Amino acid sequence: MLRGALKELLRYPSALAGLLVILFLVVVSIYTVITIPYSEAIRLWRGGEEIWGDVPKLAAPAWFNHFTSKKRPLTIKLTSQDEGVESNYAQISDDLWVDDTTYTFDFQYDEFPQEVAVTLLGTFTEKAPYVSIVWVKPDGTEIRLADMAVEGGKRVYRASQDEKLGRKLKLPANASPLVGLFAEDPQAEDPVPMKGTYQVRLEGTLFEPDSTLQSKLVVYGTVYGWAGTDHLRRDLGIALLWGTPVALAFGLLAALGTTVLTMLISAIGVWYGGWVDALIQRITEVNLVLPVLPILIMIGVFYTRSLWAMLGVIIALSIFGAGIKTNRAIFLQVKSQPYIEAARAYGASDWRIIFFYMVPRIIPTIIPALVTLIPSFVFLEASLAVLGLGDPVLPTWGKIINDARDNGALYQGLFYWVLEPSALLMITGIGFAMLGFSLDRVFNPRLREL
Amino acid sequence: MAEHESSSSTVQTQKRARPQSTWERLLRYTVVRLVTLFITVVIGVYLTILIANMGGYVDEIRRSQIREQIAIRLQNDPAFRALPPEERQKRIDAEVAVEEKRLGLDKPFLVRSFNYLKHALTLDLGRSENMTSDSGSRQVRLILLERLPATLVLFGTSQIVLFALTLYIALYLSRHYGSWLDRLFVALSPLSSAPGWFYGIFLIIVFAAWLKILPFGGMVSVPPPENPIRYALDVAYHMILPMMAMTLSSIFISVYSWRTFFLIFSSEDYVEMAKAKGVHPRAIERRYILRPTLPTIITSFALGVIGVWMGAPIFETIFNWPGLGRVLFQAVQLFDTPVIVGATVIFAYLLALTVFLLDIIYAIVDPRVSVGGGQRA
Repeated sequence: MLRGALKELLRYPSALAGLLVILFLVVVSIYTVITIPYSEAIRLWRGGEEIWGDVPKLAAPAWFNHFTSKKRPLTIKLTSQDEGVESNYAQISDDLWVDDTTYTFDFQYDEFPQEVAVTLLGTFTEKAPYVSIVWVKPDGTEIRLADMAVEGGKRVYRASQDEKLGRKLKLPANASPLVGLFAEDPQAEDPVPMKGTYQVRLEGTLFEPDSTLQSKLVVYGTVYGWAGTDHLRRDLGIALLWGTPVALAFGLLAALGTTVLTMLISAIGVWYGGWVDALIQRITEVNLVLPVLPILIMIGVFYTRSLWAMLGVIIALSIFGAGIKTNRAIFLQVKSQPYIEAARAYGASDWRIIFFYMVPRIIPTIIPALVTLIPSFVFLEASLAVLGLGDPVLPTWGKIINDARDNGALYQGLFYWVLEPSALLMITGIGFAMLGFSLDRVFNPRLREL
Repeated sequence: MAEHESSSSTVQTQKRARPQSTWERLLRYTVVRLVTLFITVVIGVYLTILIANMGGYVDEIRRSQIREQIAIRLQNDPAFRALPPEERQKRIDAEVAVEEKRLGLDKPFLVRSFNYLKHALTLDLGRSENMTSDSGSRQVRLILLERLPATLVLFGTSQIVLFALTLYIALYLSRHYGSWLDRLFVALSPLSSAPGWFYGIFLIIVFAAWLKILPFGGMVSVPPPENPIRYALDVAYHMILPMMAMTLSSIFISVYSWRTFFLIFSSEDYVEMAKAKGVHPRAIERRYILRPTLPTIITSFALGVIGVWMGAPIFETIFNWPGLGRVLFQAVQLFDTPVIVGATVIFAYLLALTVFLLDIIYAIVDPRVSVGGGQRA
C-alpha cells in the first residue's frame, strides 16, 4: 500500500518539490554535522576576538559583488611571515638594529574598506622595539600613520580610531580616516577609492640583539564569506548551517512526539470510554485556554532555555491539542466496525486491539498532519529565539534573526542578516507544507478531485 | 433563514416535549458554558501558578513585596527612625514574620497555591519589580489592563476583516472552481506555514526600510495627533503592516480549506435539487451552502483566533505594538516576574473569553446546539 501511495505522491509536482527541499535540507544537515562537529560549532559560535578578530564586522555576503557594479572590498590579511612581504633586518650599531617590513597589496574595489589594522608583536627584555607605520598610496603619496613603541609585547593600530589622522589629512569633520587613506581626493564631496597597489611600510627599530618584531596587516573589507558576518564578526554561515539540523531535529521530534502521543491518548480514550474518555475530553478543554507561548516564555525565563527541555515542554503542552478531537471522531467510527467486534470475540486484549486494529486505521490521516505540523514547530522554536529565549549555546536561525533585530539590522539596511535565516525558515516551511498537502490528497481521496 | 429556524425547531419538538425558544435555549446554554469555562479557567490558571511557582518564584515575589511594604511603612515612623540599625532590622524582621503568617506564607505549599489562585482570579496580581504603567503605577493589574485595548484593537479588527475577506474569497473561488485565481490560492497555500510575525519582518523590510511609505512599528506617531479623528486615522495607518502580515500568513490556507469545504457541500443532493428547481445561485449559496457550514467555519475561525492570540507576544514585539504581548516581552527582558505571571493569567482569561464568545456565536448559528456542551442532534 505504501509503495502505491509513494508512486501516486510523485505524480504531484508540489510533492516532488517538497521532497526535493527536504532532501536538500537533510543533505545540508549531514554535511554540517560531519564537517563542523557539534563542539566545534559551539566553540566557533561562542568564540570572541581570538577566533573572529580578523573578520570584518557586519559584512555582507561576498556574492553581493556579482550583482552590483560597485565592487565592495574583500578582506586582505597579510602577516610578516607571508610570501611576498619584504623584510629587511640589519644591524646599524652595537645596540641598534633595523627591521623593516613592507606589505604590498592590490586594491581594485569601488568602496572603502571598513578598517585598516596593524598588529605589532615584539619580544624584548628591557627596551621595547619602536615602529613607524607609513602608508603609501598607489600614486606615491606617503602618509605617516603612527610611531609607537611595542610596549607590553603587543600593540594594535586601528586607522578608523585615529582621529589625529583625520585632522592631519584635513578631512571633512565627519569623514572616516579611511577616506584619507584610500580616496583619490579626500576633500571631495563624494570621495572614491584610488585603485592600484598600496604599500604599508613598517620601519622597526630594535634595541636588543634578541629582540624580534612580527606584524600583521588586516584591511577589513565590507563583504565576507557566503553568508556575511554579524556584529560580533562571527561568520553567519556557521549558524545558518548548524541551524538546519537543529531546526529539522526540533520540528521532526516535536511533530512526531505530539502526533503519536495524541493518537495513542485518543485511541485509549475511545477504546475504554467512560470516565477515561471524559477526563481526556476535559483536559483537552483546559488545554485550549492554556496560553502556550506565555507559559513557554515563563519556563524559559525561570528554569531553562535549553532547546531540548523546551522541546519536552512543547510536546507536553500540545498533546491535548485540537488533534484529539479529530482523532476521536475517526476512532469512534473505527470502534463500531465489525472487525473490532470480531477481534474482541477471539479474545484479543485491549492493547492488542488499540495497537493492531485501531491505530493502523488512522495512520493515513496522521501522516499528512504530521508533515504539515513540522514547520509550525520549526517556527515556534524561531519565535522563542526571536523573543530572546533561544538555546544559550546552539546557533539557530531564530537566534540570528533575534541578534539582527536587537542590533537594528532593519534600520541600518543590513537586510542579508535577517533575510538569510528567514529564507531558510521559509524554504523549510514551504517544503514540508507542500509535501504535507500532497500527502493529504493522496491519503484522503475525497480531496483528490478538488 | 426563517425556514431553517422553523425546520430545526420541528426537529426539536419531536425530541422534546416542550418546545424551546431560541432565547431560552441560548440563555441556558450561556449559563452552562459560562460555568464550565470558569472551571476550565480556574484549572488553567492553577496550572499556570504551579508552573510559575515550581522554583518558588511566586513565594519570592510575595516575600520581597511584604518586606518592601513594611520597610516603607516603618521608614515613615519617627520612632522607628530613632532606633539603632540592628534594632530597626529586628523590628522589620518581626513585622515581616507577622505579616507572612497573616498572609499564610508559613503554610504548606498546597494551601498557599490556593491563595495564589484566589489572587490571580480576582486579578490581584501584586506589584511589579521594575516596570511601571504609563500613568506611573506599579500595580501589575494596571500595567496589563492599560495595554489591553491596544491588543484588542489590533487583533479584533484584523480577525474580523480577515474572516470577512476569507469567507468572500472562498465563496468566490468555489463558484469559479478551477480558474487561475483558484489555482493560485491552492498553489500559495503552503505559504501559510509561516506565522504572522515572520511575514512582518519581510513587510517591514519592503514597506518601511526600503520604500519608506509605512512606519516600522508602533501604534501612533510621535507626538500623537490631538484631533480624535486624526488619531484614529493615524492608528489605522500604523495597523496596515500588522494586518497585512496576519492576512498573508493565514489567508491562503483558510481560503483553500473553506473553498474545499464549500465545494464538498455544493455537491450535496439537496443543493443539486435546489439548482434543478431553479433557485437563484446567490440564494443557494446563502441558504444551502453557507448556512449549514457556518458552525464548522466558526469553529475553524475560533481555532485560528486562538492561534493568533498565542502568537501575540512575538507579533507585537516585531511591530513594536504597545499591547499585552509586548509587555510580556518587556517583562521577560527586565526579568519582572510578577508581570510575567500576571500577563500569563490575563492571557488565560482572554483565551477563555474568546472560547466563550465563539461558543455563544456557535449556539446562535447552530440551532442543533442544546445545553450539555455542543451536542448535535
